[in-house]
Amino acid sequence: MTEQESPEAFGARARAWAAKNLPPAEGPEGLEVDDTEELRIVAEARELQKLIFEAGFAGIRYPAEYGGQGLTRAHQLAWREATAGYRLPVTFNVTHGILGPTLLEFGTHEQKTRHLPAMLSGQELWVQFLSEPSSGSDLAGLLTRAERDGDTFILNGSKIWSTGAHYSDYAMVLARTNPEVPKHRGLSMLYMPIRSPGVTVKPIKLVTGGSHFCQEFFDDVALPVANLLGEENDGWRVASGLLFHERNMVGGNSLNDHVPPGGGEGETDTIGELIALARAVGRDKDPHTRQLLGEALVLEALAEPTIARVNAQLQAGRMPPPAASLVRLMSALTQYRVKEIALEIGGTRVTMNGADDRVGIHGQRWLGARIGTLAGGSQEMQRNGISERVLGLPREVTPDKDVPFSQVLASRRKGQAG
Amino acid sequence: MDIELSNEQRFLQETVRKFLEHEAPLSATRDKAANGEPPFTRDYWRRAAELGVAAMLVPEEFGGAGAERPVLDLVVVAEEMGSQVAPGPLLPVSVVADALARDGTRDQKGEYLPRLADGSLLASWAVGEAPDTWEPDGAATWARRDGGDWVISGEKASVEAADVADIFLVTARTADGMAQFLVPRDAPGLSVQMLPRYDLGRLFGDVALEDVRVPAGAAIGEAGSVDASLQRQYLLALTLQAAETVGLLERIFDATIEYTRNRYAFGRPLASYQALKHRIADHKLWLEAALGLSTALARAFAASDEGCGRLASVTKAHIGDQSPAIISDCGQLFGGIAMTWEHDLHLYLRRATANKFLFGSPAQHRERLCRLIGL
Repeated sequence: MTEQESPEAFGARARAWAAKNLPPAEGPEGLEVDDTEELRIVAEARELQKLIFEAGFAGIRYPAEYGGQGLTRAHQLAWREATAGYRLPVTFNVTHGILGPTLLEFGTHEQKTRHLPAMLSGQELWVQFLSEPSSGSDLAGLLTRAERDGDTFILNGSKIWSTGAHYSDYAMVLARTNPEVPKHRGLSMLYMPIRSPGVTVKPIKLVTGGSHFCQEFFDDVALPVANLLGEENDGWRVASGLLFHERNMVGGNSLNDHVPPGGGEGETDTIGELIALARAVGRDKDPHTRQLLGEALVLEALAEPTIARVNAQLQAGRMPPPAASLVRLMSALTQYRVKEIALEIGGTRVTMNGADDRVGIHGQRWLGARIGTLAGGSQEMQRNGISERVLGLPREVTPDKDVPFSQVLASRRKGQAG
Repeated sequence: MDIELSNEQRFLQETVRKFLEHEAPLSATRDKAANGEPPFTRDYWRRAAELGVAAMLVPEEFGGAGAERPVLDLVVVAEEMGSQVAPGPLLPVSVVADALARDGTRDQKGEYLPRLADGSLLASWAVGEAPDTWEPDGAATWARRDGGDWVISGEKASVEAADVADIFLVTARTADGMAQFLVPRDAPGLSVQMLPRYDLGRLFGDVALEDVRVPAGAAIGEAGSVDASLQRQYLLALTLQAAETVGLLERIFDATIEYTRNRYAFGRPLASYQALKHRIADHKLWLEAALGLSTALARAFAASDEGCGRLASVTKAHIGDQSPAIISDCGQLFGGIAMTWEHDLHLYLRRATANKFLFGSPAQHRERLCRLIGL
């Protein structure tokens, strides 16, 4: 195609295709699925993604040379609108919204040719191994180490909070390759097949009963040097890029196609659910409840104009890349507030009706409401990012910044600051 | 500011900015309030009109600016006037001009529009009623036919520039449905009770109509068939109010940040304290959302988008709640100096607080949103 198809025409074509090929969405999602059901959903997602790829709709904003469509955000939004109401392979969101864009940004041509088409065609699910049990917000203080032995890195340590590692195929892992330099300068980003010898993956059970997250343990895992992403010891730059894409994705603004407009968590119809809740408890005419519903309507409607504005400023170079924190913080705060609102509308029965009930589900979601203000960087980290990187206010004091990491560790053991 | 302004719009913005800095600095507004003088003179408004600010929505043949994107240009002016908390009846004059341009007869247009455009005629929109009825179809003011005339009775509340307006566009209920009339301020039976000054740059008054008789030719549009026009005027008012409010919010926020960078306590700039940085980050987020909403609303209104009605209430609820709250916290960040008459902050806070309630409070707009989705 020499001339680019208009978003409207693309959307119309997508709509017609979806009607014929995609299964309809099932009722309100949100109840925690059990492990068997989860694996079924993942298998289905691989099939659906393959279908979408073969029909020429996968990776709408990915370059054509790596299996994508080379189109724009307007086309992506048209796709999202056209496919609302259908089952979509949302399992691939992390792969297409975070790891794919990172590979696109930092990978060699060979690495991209080998893996991007596989991601877009449903063959490879990717995940990131960043956080560790002893370092969350202070990511650069991580302990997992990759020691170089000729053309091989030997990986030892543990990672945590990786989404769906137990059913994924590849991971990007940030590890320390030089402890004798300050913490940010001795890290490297590698990628690895998750089912490598020496890797143990354990799902973590959450308060809501589900286990979307995992912890991994590495015992002398051997990885070829060819799996380096970016330069050795330049992993912090790659990780920063990855985190940028993560904030963008959670804010609904990355290269992953299958997200309903306005939203991060795949809760397709927040307002519809709140209305159903208000009716179920007989409060839909109550003025206070209507104020809360009105507030939720406002919160839901903030996303698109705010994302559009932040995007325009990013593209015009009037805001630096960390401005993605604005979108991430917005989605964290608004989604948290919506969960509070549901609780207040529902009243006593949210704690009485059980997790399988459309009233009780809001009591369960409340228990996990902090996942959204923590995952992908806590809201406090986003606020640091906005004030320091977007507004240019003075940085927080970091006593460990220019000290070789081995010394930081030594003083940590002695219980000193820095 | 909308970051996608055309070169012409940037020029317009710059022109209005310089005019206001010269003709209506905050210090002058403050002094006039202290001395009990009106916030602006007719001459000031005529000179502002020379820049085209009152002519945006007037058709070219009646003295209009003939701009390619009149609504978006007007929004640029409203933002700029907001950012300097400037005096001048931009909003009511624009609403009246828009009503005339859409529904007026040729005679009505010829009589009023050229003078509105050149600033020699001041008009206001008498739509609100006590205690807080702002949706035009909620008016209780009543008009009945009497021979060839209309006789109007009712009380309109919080009418902008009521002290200087030459004509009022009055919304009223009739046996046929809603209607609107242009009523001269000297019409027998019309009285204006001016209200104490809160926003230092604007004066408001209550307008009472006791059996005010106007000829049939005073009706703008036909009684019973102006519902769409009233709705449009309401949305235009909300669009301009949003633009004005984000303009002032952005300005005072930027000034506050600058202050926290330069003010030192315990050997560090205020802006280095995380307790303050995190609040500032939240304000920045909600400011960006406000700016994004304002732009989206202006575009939706200009395109007569069907989602405009809902977006207007979303925008009002967000900006109405956030702007006084953020400016108030800016006062906390400035410290005691912001509680003085000589500091600019209270001028911003006054206008943002007044705007929170004019044309419907955030709570009223949340309720309106519920109605709009069929609840």
